[in-house]
Amino acid sequence: MGSSNYQPTNKAVKWFEDRLPILGLMHSTLGAGYLAPRNLNYWWNFGSLAGFMLVVQIITGVILVMHYTPHVDMAFRAVEHIMRDVNYGWLIRYTHSNGASMFFVVVYIHILRGMYFGSYKSPREVLWFLGLVIYLLMMATGFMGYVLPWGQMSFWGATVITNLFGAFDFYEGMGESILHLLWGGFAVDNPTLQRFFSLHYLLPFVIVGVVILHIWALHLPGSNNPLGIDAKGPGDKIPFHPYYTAKDLFGLSFFIVILAIFIFYMPNIMGHPDNYIEANPMVTPPHIVPEWYYLPFYTILKAVPDKLFGVIAMFASILIFFVLPWLDGSKVRSAKFRPTTAFFFWLFLINTLYLGYLGTKLPDEIMIDMAGGIDALTMGRISSIFYFAYFIVIVPLVSRMESTKPVPISIAQSVLDANKKG
Amino acid sequence: MTTKDQVEHEEGVTRRNFLYVATGAVGAVGAASVVWPLVDQMNPSADVLALASVEVDLTAIPEGQTLKILWRGKPIFIRHRTAAEIKTAVADNGATDLIDPEDDQARAERPEWLIMVGVCTHLGCVPLDQRGDFNAWFCPCHGSHYDISGRIRKGPAPRNLEVPKYAFLNDTTVKIG
Ligand code: HEM
Ligand code: FES
Repeated sequence: MGSSNYQPTNKAVKWFEDRLPILGLMHSTLGAGYLAPRNLNYWWNFGSLAGFMLVVQIITGVILVMHYTPHVDMAFRAVEHIMRDVNYGWLIRYTHSNGASMFFVVVYIHILRGMYFGSYKSPREVLWFLGLVIYLLMMATGFMGYVLPWGQMSFWGATVITNLFGAFDFYEGMGESILHLLWGGFAVDNPTLQRFFSLHYLLPFVIVGVVILHIWALHLPGSNNPLGIDAKGPGDKIPFHPYYTAKDLFGLSFFIVILAIFIFYMPNIMGHPDNYIEANPMVTPPHIVPEWYYLPFYTILKAVPDKLFGVIAMFASILIFFVLPWLDGSKVRSAKFRPTTAFFFWLFLINTLYLGYLGTKLPDEIMIDMAGGIDALTMGRISSIFYFAYFIVIVPLVSRMESTKPVPISIAQSVLDANKKG
Repeated sequence: MTTKDQVEHEEGVTRRNFLYVATGAVGAVGAASVVWPLVDQMNPSADVLALASVEVDLTAIPEGQTLKILWRGKPIFIRHRTAAEIKTAVADNGATDLIDPEDDQARAERPEWLIMVGVCTHLGCVPLDQRGDFNAWFCPCHGSHYDISGRIRKGPAPRNLEVPKYAFLNDTTVKIG
């Protein structure tokens, strides 16, 4: 981020800049002062889209709070009040609930982009860590937000997820003490709702803080690019503004259309109808499922027959992303030049989507109608094993043994070659 | 001319070293004592803890039926067991598939009244009545099967359904809690 060559011509602006060089900071991070590789494609649009969604969530969230009451007797009604009575309340709530889903879509694509093009590799490991921290904070925020409408899925989702921490039962009563501390009672109840509300309000602002660190860490080495080679000479780079501001805004306009289609035409498609039934601690819905963005991890939890190890496997399936920079030993970043890596990447993606699909199934549902029927539990176990094998076996071996395709000398050269071919 | 500092330095461990450590230690204890209230406020508050016991009239529960009541935010199952159910429960004391072996006699003070917290010991769902492999309790969330004594027999749950503290006040009233 550092100081820049920003030279304001307006006297008043210069006076201000001399006292607080914040405009120069903006100029060198998001303006003409930031030089980005000239070959960035639309997969590089998703970072700014995620930033956009964070702002949307904060604005709609702050407005929702003006009409919402975090109390078990009133929360469910408050949300209905928002939907029916508050002017444009339905729009604000649907934007917030679908916004959360689209935020996750964007962030998942953003992470997968990093995996495919090797953006997590040296020198961007800390950048990768900060991204994962943002993702973990988002999961916590989304989970606690989903509890706030106090429907059946809110309540039972909260019950099942908080109970995960009861698995850490290393001495008599330890698991229970942890749970009582989390709940502020003997079950998910009013104290739980109130603390979740407090944290749901807080965490997005913590995310803003980590996003700033994320961008700071990005600007030291600069953006990676589809070729995965370092941008060197001036011929390799172009100013962020106006080139990428324009490109990102163009992408944003498409994204907003998609977001609007969800908000206006299928606002409840990502939700679960049971959440329009008020929370009832006496009756568990016949089939509880978490929000779609947690489903692959939920399948991994269910795949392990032991409670503690199930919980450990579930957390490990996310935390393992932190060591990816060292599991991958290749000298080449981009999967463009690593055909075997690319093949397994797509396999990993398909497998993870399938894990998510299995998350919506009951354990004994038949998935494959052969050999007497293979149930969702068995398939979940196979897919979970592949998930971990990808990180622990496939990536370390393939990245070290694969013979890579020739990498271009420079970004400029590769762009010129591509232009020649037409 | 040597200063006091230099003299101390040459002697190895000095008064100053001691003061550093002592100050640091007091500071750490002080910080910890401030953190504790910040954590402990999360624990159940006095009014939640004070949620006293409930008394239940048993005459309203016919044989072969389960009454569900709410106690401390959790469902309590009170099952009026039939003679056949009691027989099965006792006969299964030695079953090999018990994950958390326990005798039925230890779980029900009076065999006809089985009183349990209706919360699956896996991740907290409410098991359904008269379902599953043992036609007793079945948790739909991740498929835990409990027998007619509330013992876990199959599935991911690690422990039997919990038996709360209770006392029979007379033949038709039980106090839970
Ligand atoms: C990282 C950003 C955020 C995410 C991912 C997120 C996610 C969610 C989700 C999934 C829900 C449940 C929606 C539903 O089913 O109706 C929710 C509800 C809610 N959120 Fe957020 N949220 C974010 C930021 C915020 C902020 C900053 C605030 C307040 C300042 C806020 C206030 C609320 C309120 C009051 C509700 C309950 C009303 C409702 O259910 O629609 N949120 N949030
Ligand atoms: S909560 Fe009952 S089986 Fe998981």
